[in-house]
Amino acid sequence: MYVAVKGGEAAIANAHKLLAARRRGDRQVPALTLEQIAGQLALAVDRVMGEGSLYDPELAALAVKQARGDLIEAVFLLRAYRTTLPRFGHSEPVDTGKMVVERRISAVYKDLPGGQLLGPTFDYTHRLLDPDLAGDQPCEPPAAETDSGEPITRVSDILSSEGLIEDDPVSDPSAPVADITRNPTEYPMGRDGRLQTLARGDEGFLLALAYSTQRGYARSHPFVGEIRIGEVDVEVMMPELGFAVTIGRIKLTECQMVNQFKGSSKAPPQFTRGYGLVFGQAERKAMAMSLCDRALRATELGEDIVAPAQDEEFVLSHCDNVQATGFVEHLKLPHYVDFQAELDLVRRMRAEHAAREDADGFQTGDTREAAE
Amino acid sequence: MSTAELMETVQPGVDDQAEAALLKVEGLTRVYGDRIGCADVSFSVWPGEVLAIVGESGSGKTTLLNCISSRLTPTCGTVHYRSGDGVSSDIFKMSEANRRRLMRTDWGFVHQNPIDGLRMTVSAGANVGERLMAVGDRHYGNIRQTAIEWLGRVEIDADRIDDQPRAFSGGMRQRLQIARNLVTGPRLVFMDEPTGGLDVSVQARLLDLLRGLVSDLGLAVIVVTHDLAVARLLSDRMIVMKQGRVIEAGLTDRLLDDPRAPYTQLLVSSILQV
Amino acid sequence: MTALADMTDTGKLATYNFAYLDEQTKRMIRRAILKGIAIPGYQVPFASREMPMPYGWGTGGVQVTAAIIGPDDVLKVIDQGADDTTNAVSIRAFFAKTAGVETTTATAEASIIQTRHRIPEMPLTEGQVLVYQVPIPEPLRFLEPRETETRKMHALEEYGLMHVKLYEDIARNGHIATTYAYPVKVEGRYVMDPSPTPKFDNPKMHRSEALQLFGAGREKRIYAIPPHTEVVSLDFEDHPFEVQHFDQPCALCGGEQVYLDEVVLDDRGGRMFVCSDTDHCENRCAAGHRGELAGDDLFDGKDKGVETEAST
Repeated sequence: MYVAVKGGEAAIANAHKLLAARRRGDRQVPALTLEQIAGQLALAVDRVMGEGSLYDPELAALAVKQARGDLIEAVFLLRAYRTTLPRFGHSEPVDTGKMVVERRISAVYKDLPGGQLLGPTFDYTHRLLDPDLAGDQPCEPPAAETDSGEPITRVSDILSSEGLIEDDPVSDPSAPVADITRNPTEYPMGRDGRLQTLARGDEGFLLALAYSTQRGYARSHPFVGEIRIGEVDVEVMMPELGFAVTIGRIKLTECQMVNQFKGSSKAPPQFTRGYGLVFGQAERKAMAMSLCDRALRATELGEDIVAPAQDEEFVLSHCDNVQATGFVEHLKLPHYVDFQAELDLVRRMRAEHAAREDADGFQTGDTREAAE
Repeated sequence: MSTAELMETVQPGVDDQAEAALLKVEGLTRVYGDRIGCADVSFSVWPGEVLAIVGESGSGKTTLLNCISSRLTPTCGTVHYRSGDGVSSDIFKMSEANRRRLMRTDWGFVHQNPIDGLRMTVSAGANVGERLMAVGDRHYGNIRQTAIEWLGRVEIDADRIDDQPRAFSGGMRQRLQIARNLVTGPRLVFMDEPTGGLDVSVQARLLDLLRGLVSDLGLAVIVVTHDLAVARLLSDRMIVMKQGRVIEAGLTDRLLDDPRAPYTQLLVSSILQV
Repeated sequence: MTALADMTDTGKLATYNFAYLDEQTKRMIRRAILKGIAIPGYQVPFASREMPMPYGWGTGGVQVTAAIIGPDDVLKVIDQGADDTTNAVSIRAFFAKTAGVETTTATAEASIIQTRHRIPEMPLTEGQVLVYQVPIPEPLRFLEPRETETRKMHALEEYGLMHVKLYEDIARNGHIATTYAYPVKVEGRYVMDPSPTPKFDNPKMHRSEALQLFGAGREKRIYAIPPHTEVVSLDFEDHPFEVQHFDQPCALCGGEQVYLDEVVLDDRGGRMFVCSDTDHCENRCAAGHRGELAGDDLFDGKDKGVETEAST
């Protein structure tokens, strides 16, 4: 009935009450605490922090809880909160060379200064469901850490000391830092803006694109130079003091991908870099990001753009899952005004079509069948 | 042979001397890193004249064509175009707006592969009509009538007007591309191996058609080809390129009958044997 | 951790700046709006913020409204022409909560009207602002997906392709088959997407006394039509632009020359056509106009309808 769309306000309120009840689930079971989520679903929390662009495990845990475990919804909650926060400034670049690593592996050297450190990884676990985990079985304590506290040289630094890999671009400290949350998107984007966009991009989307480059859609012959996961200090320059002070510590995953490059008329053959840096422990995302970053450098390196992963506008304008989910889901909003316009047109065109066919002497019965 | 000498030999007959050149290329060079695309090329094209640029693949003729049609920026050198109002200007100093306007009104570009020059997902009629609409034609009936006329001139049946070029044969696609370029009455048309991808019998028919259109419309054409037969049939004058440089230039009949550079002699002898 | 402590201890999340956005952001958006007004129809890039509602659900319109609204404004929000569709209700509640402004459903009383997919039937007047929610601001997008290329096409006024699409419509269907988001040319210069309003509404944009602002949050663009600006729907001389016509008047208010929604009454092909602009329809009914199905019983049923819906 015409009035069916009325009363939206009460319907919305009721829907939200129902949502809250479903979220709580069985009242006989204790409610999840944020500590449980942040502690035991830490990788979900890390993903929400990364794609939500806000480093705060407790808020991210709250978002996961509020979103009933829907991580894209949780990312969205965190983003909507983040956008209201005042922006005081930007930090100094974090020095991942000084990272206190929990995991550090390289695929290009068997052994190297600092060694290979597996850390808390799913790698080499047999993917067998473990019934013990259904309950609260005691958990063996891990071997004591032997961290010397010494900084571990980055593999890319080892390669670049020989000139085998391109240097990291030297950034002008006085140049403004790109901020994709404060400036409108304009293409082509600088690499800083690109990396920011990829860092908060959807893991699944970037993973699929990265995968496509491995299967020949813009193949770049990648090697994992290094993946390191650990904590770094965040420093902020204090103009009043004239030096940077540490304001806290965050966990990061960094991936340096080493890729073949045959050289050009201007540059000698050397390896090139793809870079990934993500909040928390997010190895798959960091690897995917570094493959996408390298693919997106096609123009800069004089490569032909032949595949989706190399297409800056395509990748960057579709990798944000908050934007993507909003626009896809908006299709469920009422569109009946536009649909009415289309209904009118289709009816008119069908009438015209039938009239034409009649005029042409076709049998109406046949044409109707063909049209339907 | 120096550029100045070449210019001498390239000058057309006395009658045309009075008229200013339509396109004047001077010292055009394009390098790719250490490699030369084309180097120090100079020539002029007069209204209504067909100039063929010949050479084997890799000789720099396509680089040259892309430079003089403003699709590629040369490393150095100038290209002056004299527009309808008699003003001659360097196409690389024009604003992009003016250059793009030139490309959709005064100029045409026929690609070797028609897919590069057509919109494959819109109808033949819209393909022909696009340039008319781009210059402000807003009467559907007139646009369609003009499209039908042009399809007729390139020997495509009028009842194919609403079909997409996807449904056309290679030869039809190429003829459609030609109609799409000629509909706004351009003064200068660039052609890149226009018969390149076609069967021999289809080539002959297309060349015949092109020759008729060019003389009917009094078009100036710069055609790039590796095929001396195309140059002989279509062009008034020829430029022979090798390794990015012009090695011989002159009237087509003279050049084919009496090639002077050893390389041209080789080219001519090889084609005549076929 | 401190953020959560703040939220829970002081209830910080419960308090916002007036109209949600901080003043810096509002200034940035106002600059974009002013630029848009200065160049009618030109899409101004702006640093769209994440809003507490999904992209594609009116975040652009909400940011524009938040940037221009003041305590004395009276806000009306419509979706599909109606004040009480769920998304309109949600956005109106958002501003009632964060700005505490007076809201209305009466077109004439509103100083700001945020809309999705319709322009009110009643002509807008000087001093009113119509804020459109825009999903895809680029009218050339479906002809040319690349932003770098479409911006160039606008800059060079290369709009031939737009007519190619209209040509194809006519060649295939005998007439232009675009029924909504029908492209317009603004003040003889920029081709503009009027947002997915039905083309029925296009003539209302032409020389409107009201200021028309368009916000696309996900695509990060703002554009504007200042009052009294020429807005012309693209067409051919021999296939002129025309709006939809309905065969019957509104079944409730008997209104003609208005846009109607088709309402399915049963599964046996029963249909009724009623005003899409609910405020317009109610005003006409209040003034004593009656359509063929507007018995008193229907108006009783209307209230019942609210309860039925609310209890689901």
